[in-house]
Order: sequence, then structure tokens, then C-alpha cells
Amino acid sequence: MAENNRAVVKLKEKFASSIIEVVEFRGEVTVTIKKQDLLAVLGFLKQSLQYNLLTDVTAIDYLGKKEERFMMVYQLYSIPNKDRLRIKAAVSEEECRIESATQVWATANWLEREVYDLFGITFDNHPDLRRILMTPDWEGYPLRKDYPLQGPGREPYKGRLS
Amino acid sequence: MATTEKMTLNMGPQHPSTHGVLRLVLELDGEVITKITPDIGYLHRGVEKLSEYRTYHQVLPLTDRLDYLAPMHNNLGYILAVEKLLDIQVPERAQTIRIIMAELTRLESHLVWIACHALDIGAMTVFIYAFREREVVMETYELISGARMTSNFFRAGGLSQDVPPEFEKKVRDFVDSMPGFLDQYEGLLTTNPIWLKRTVGNGIISAEDAIDMGITGPALRGSGVDWDLRRDNPYSGYEGYQFQIPVGENCDTFDRYKVRLVEMREACKIITQALDRLKPGPVLADCPQVCYPPKESVYNSIEGLIHHFKIASEGYPVPEGEVYQGVENPKGELGYYIVSDGSSKPYRMRIRPPSFVNLQAIEKMAKGSMIADLVAVIGTLDIVLGEIDR
Repeated sequence: MAENNRAVVKLKEKFASSIIEVVEFRGEVTVTIKKQDLLAVLGFLKQSLQYNLLTDVTAIDYLGKKEERFMMVYQLYSIPNKDRLRIKAAVSEEECRIESATQVWATANWLEREVYDLFGITFDNHPDLRRILMTPDWEGYPLRKDYPLQGPGREPYKGRLS
Repeated sequence: MATTEKMTLNMGPQHPSTHGVLRLVLELDGEVITKITPDIGYLHRGVEKLSEYRTYHQVLPLTDRLDYLAPMHNNLGYILAVEKLLDIQVPERAQTIRIIMAELTRLESHLVWIACHALDIGAMTVFIYAFREREVVMETYELISGARMTSNFFRAGGLSQDVPPEFEKKVRDFVDSMPGFLDQYEGLLTTNPIWLKRTVGNGIISAEDAIDMGITGPALRGSGVDWDLRRDNPYSGYEGYQFQIPVGENCDTFDRYKVRLVEMREACKIITQALDRLKPGPVLADCPQVCYPPKESVYNSIEGLIHHFKIASEGYPVPEGEVYQGVENPKGELGYYIVSDGSSKPYRMRIRPPSFVNLQAIEKMAKGSMIADLVAVIGTLDIVLGEIDR
């Protein structure tokens, strides 16, 4: 199914070497790409395949589960064609940076600031990379898996039911 | 010769027209705004982080506290995402009641919006009127769930319980009288010269800019983009209903006001259609791994008690995978992106808040206008700070 997807066919033609994985789950297509080709792929999807709306930018922390710790997730939507596409790119802990998608969509500005604030991933060429939800002097990145739920220096949370 | 000097002004965090704790740092040249720097984060509660430590069932009460003006929509988006992960079907009666409640919530949210927007610009009567109508929706909430705001009415697989018999008449009476009330508001505002002066040609954002900034919902449709998730990516059976999607032409504050008013009329039509097709039947899917057993079985049989205890204590495992579910919240596209690792707790839950993305466009919309116009622009974006900060 995922192989027949319009966007996947085009991406495979044009960016064969940068696609790592194509997955379809519950009708949603996810394409994992190499992070150095991110801007080229996103730009191509916006210009040529009418994925004109960047719905969301977020990250996942796979601490100890995957080789590369973070996964950037870009949710795209095409208003003319009414379909969705998810682009993912892995970011390692050692080189915790990725190109900023603000060069393709203005939406990415705040969304990337939020990822920077809560995960500590740096975005290259971002116009205004500052913390957004936490105070500027906040230490640590709250959404990382090794950041304790109740903040640093507190007893770890045991859960309401354990 | 008079000399001019740039002035920096803090608007908020406790300014009445910012609708919550939002601080806008304005740089002014006289009364004209040259730069806006929004400062958010005052309400950050870490809902996404908290969700990682709770079972799927326990996450639900967190979601309706995000956007306290549209709690049912927040529940609905989350529940639909979980149902997508679980791949379960919802009974028809539950779907229909979900649509009724979602559209009532849209009415409620837009009523608070028009009340506050009008009050910001100086029309007090509309404020009182709109809150009078909103009270009926609050009573309906109380009738079905016992709570006036944080309803927690939806469940993975259906609803927490069936609606009482008096529900149908109450809702029908309300939607029958609603168009008359809307005419009242329009009579007070739409042709009012003060209202027109404050809204027409103010806060203009073109369709291309709006899409580039990721604006969704009525604010995008006000810029003339004909796109609504209820019609274009239907969920909960919206494909079976007849309704219009209003769009604006001039991309200004007045158009966004008109779009929301028409949306309220259309919401009444959807509710009437849903009430007409409301048939008796189950309101919870036949899926014992996920759904709680009926209360009489919990109280009267040991199997029912064990079943209830098992779901309440351990939750239910959810297949490994990731889904994104967007719903048409009164403010725009509300999305839930859930990554499951096969356990009974979400590995990562991301909430895509419409207000957060919409607020980003405020600089583009209000730059170069007067301070007084900024108030109208904030009002027309219909932001809820609880949702922005999560």
C-alpha cells in the first residue's frame, strides 16, 4: 500500500539514496529519511507535491531503545489533495542538531523553538532560537526520558497505582 | 521640530484583552506597532510529559483541561487517536451523540469568543447575551456528565454512559432558538458603524501567508481557504451530514467574525440532523479488553468486578505503532500524535495545539496597526492560553 502512495513513488524516484524506511500503519504513511537531506525533501514536497501546510513539528526521545536517540517528526498536509504525510529524521545525541525547516515554512519557527526548549535539539539557521515555554534560565530539557517527571532533585515519581 | 522616540510597552501578562496570561512586548512608534514579541509559557503544566506516566484511560482527564472552552473536542481528538491505534469500531449511537456534543461545544466556544471579542471592542450587551446562551450548553454538560466544564464524557470505544431521556428535548429546544439569538447578535454588531470601523480592513493576512504560518480553522477560512477537516478528512461519521463551510474574502477581522457566525448556524443544522437520526442502541463498543463493563455487572457479579478492576489498575495494552489524528476544533486543527510501544501507557504523546500556531501569526497580522487594533486581532484569533502552554 505505502509503495503506491503518490508522494512515496516520487520521493523514491528523486531521493532514492536518502530514504531509510517507508512504513504504513492504520492508513498513515511515514517516511524516514537521512537528516542531511531534510530540507531538500521538505522543499520538494512543498513545491512539487503540494504538501503546503506544515501541521506539526515534534520529536521523540528513544533513550536506550534505538541507536540514534532522537527522532524528529514533521507532519505535512496537502490542502489541495487532502492527504497527510509524515517525515521523520533521526538525530543522534552526540550531534544533536538539524537544519531548521523555517527556510521552507514560517510555521516551523515556534514549533522548533518548542522542540529546542523541551528536547534540547539545536536547529541550524533558525532565526530566533530561544526557549519558549520554560524560563530562559531553566536547566535541562523536560521532555527527555531521563528528565524526572517532578523535576530534578526530587523523589522519582512512582505512579498513582504502584 | 518634534523629536520621536521608540517606546517599549508590556501588554500583559494580566491585561484583560489578552484572554489569559499572555505577555506581548510591543515596540511602538507613537501609537503604531513596529514589533510584537509574544511571551508565553506562564501556564505550562507539562501535560505531554504527564501522559507518558499514565495509562491511556488516565490521560483523558488531562486533555479536557487544555482548552477549557472546548473540552469535548479535546477529548474527542484524543479518543479518536487511541481508537485508531486500537483499531476498534464505535457504535452508531455513540458516534451520533459525539457529533451532537462536539457541535454543542463548538457553539459554546464560539459564544464565549463572540462575547469576549465584542467586549474587547466595547460592546457589552453581546457579552451578557452570549453568556446567557452558553449557560444552556453548560447545563447540558451537567445533565450528561455531572460536570459543567471538564466532562470526560467520551471513552475509547464510545461514551461513559448513555444520555438521559430529557437530553434530546433540551438540545432540540436550544438549537431551534439559537438562530434567533444569532440574529440578535448580528443586529447589534454586523451593521454597527463602530464595529465596522474597528474590524473591516484590520488584521489582514493573505491566504498564502496564512498557510505558510500554519493557521487553521476559522482564522484560515476567513482568509478564503476552503478547508475543513470535518468535510475533507471526516471522522466520527461527519461525512453523512449536510453543512456549508463558510469562507471569507477580505482576510480581515470582520471576515473571521462572519465565518464564525455562519459556523454557529451550520452547527445548529448539524445538531438537528444528528438528533433526527438518533436511534436507541449500545453506546460502548463490544470490546472487553478496552471498555469498562456495565455498572450493574460490576456491582452484581464477580466477573464484572474483576474485569473493571483489571482495566482500572493495569489499563489496556495498545498495539505498537504511531498515529496522528486531527479534529476540527473551534480554534483550528487540534491534533494528537501518539507513539505506542505496545504497553498500556503512551510512549510519547504530542498535542498539536491550534492556538499556539495561530498566535504565531499575530506579528504578521498586527504589525503596522494601532495598539487599539491589536486588541481586535487578539480577539479574532480566539486563543486559549491553557492550550498554548499545555
